Amino acid sequence: MSSVSNLPEVEFVDVAKQYGSGTVVLKGLSLTVKKGEFVSIIGPSGCGKSTALKLISGLTAPSAGTIRIDGMTPKNARETVSYIFQDPTLLPWRTVHQNVGLALELEGLGSKRRTEKTGPLLDMVGLRKVSSAYPRELSGGMKMRVSIARALATRPRLLLMDEPFAALDEMSRDHLNEELLRIRAEQNWTAIFVTHSVAEAVFLSTQIIVLAPNPGRVHCIVPVDLPLLRTSPLRTAPEFENMVAQVSYALREARLQ
Amino acid sequence: MKQKLSTAANAVAVFTALLVFWQVVLWVFHVPRYMLPSPRAVEHAFAERFPTLLNAVVITAEEALGGLLASIVVGVAIALVFAQYRWVRRMLYPYTLLLQTVPIVAIAPLILLWMGSGAASVMLITFIFSLAPIIANTTQGLVSVEENLVHLFLMHNASRQQVLFKLRLPHSVPSLFVGIRIACGISVIGAIMGELYAGSSRVGEGGLGYSIQYASAQLQTDYLFALVVAATVLGFCFFFLVSFFEWHFLHRWHESARTPEVE
Repeated sequence: MSSVSNLPEVEFVDVAKQYGSGTVVLKGLSLTVKKGEFVSIIGPSGCGKSTALKLISGLTAPSAGTIRIDGMTPKNARETVSYIFQDPTLLPWRTVHQNVGLALELEGLGSKRRTEKTGPLLDMVGLRKVSSAYPRELSGGMKMRVSIARALATRPRLLLMDEPFAALDEMSRDHLNEELLRIRAEQNWTAIFVTHSVAEAVFLSTQIIVLAPNPGRVHCIVPVDLPLLRTSPLRTAPEFENMVAQVSYALREARLQ
Repeated sequence: MKQKLSTAANAVAVFTALLVFWQVVLWVFHVPRYMLPSPRAVEHAFAERFPTLLNAVVITAEEALGGLLASIVVGVAIALVFAQYRWVRRMLYPYTLLLQTVPIVAIAPLILLWMGSGAASVMLITFIFSLAPIIANTTQGLVSVEENLVHLFLMHNASRQQVLFKLRLPHSVPSLFVGIRIACGISVIGAIMGELYAGSSRVGEGGLGYSIQYASAQLQTDYLFALVVAATVLGFCFFFLVSFFEWHFLHRWHESARTPEVE
């Protein structure tokens, strides 16, 4: 982690996104994500959650407004950003450790330096034993771990996640939620996490942004007042259930707007 | 293993039944020799003219392999250009389909006119024949990469070359093999066809196509049958070879990689 400025990690000012077909996905979207936050974006379908992530990553450009990542344009900030997609997006012809080293390879790092960096990551996500396996030999949860390790290999400051655990069963999902928080405690990146699950958002986040649909805009921002150290017992605690109820209520309001 | 044995046993049984049926037809209908030789006569022709026949097979195999390899190299190169430049693809892709529909019977005389007879002409005919499936399948494999994988590469500032060689090219290998699988059958047929029009007729230089023409003109039907069997075996060997390479390159990571065995 290089020089830390006081600028917000992500800043949207009056951002709009309209596709060629005329559909307005986002309109007048303004929001700020401070460094070190774990922000979840939640909202009814059609509110432009995934589009917001694509805008931050610079994969698509806004129709109006400005987006700054630590003061830079999304494209210039890419080196400090990693993206975890809904599907694991592994290269099936590469082994686990070759997949984890992909981003480093694209940056031109030699194979020896890559191994030095991917080794500890494989330990971190518990995949050391299967490092020479091919993706088709892995379960859905394991593939997602590879995807996470690959995203972390470049030591990003900002991690974008687009419903990364949506396709997993509840057990693997809960387990990976906990692992994600454990890894974050060691590395301290800022996270923007898109999800459909209120419980998942509450468990992971320091802040939840609820979007309203048609066109997508901020409905409300809910700070999550829960201890920073979160483990599975929290899921059954009354304060957790209160938070979930509060966010669910906000989500219902957003849908009715 | 047990299943493999029973598959082999079935194949042998069918083959034996076919031979018996063939012999029975000869006995019952008194078919003249030059119309339908007996299995024994074919076997005899095989044994007697084996060196000549083997020479013809080797010549045809070389021509077919030369044409096939050239079509793979050129086809993949064309597909790479198609994948990189959409406007080139839009402009030229329809013409690659014409390759498949152009009647080789019509262009073979032209090739004969321009290049004379011989192995080079036959290879060119084989090459033209096998090119289309290679181009079509490889292009398909190169451009059908999942959007998120391209996004992943872009997120890490990958260059155009990196996207092409680290993502599109490996992704296209299974499709390339589909193309080669089709082209390998075509290449053997193409070489034999090519020889009919542009094959060399000098002593010791005639391939299977030339030999088939010769045997047919001389009414050496037993030898003609032996040649047909040899051509079939050659085609099968090509298919087997391609299956082996496909298995070798794909079995570790790709679901569709078939093991090189007849199921």
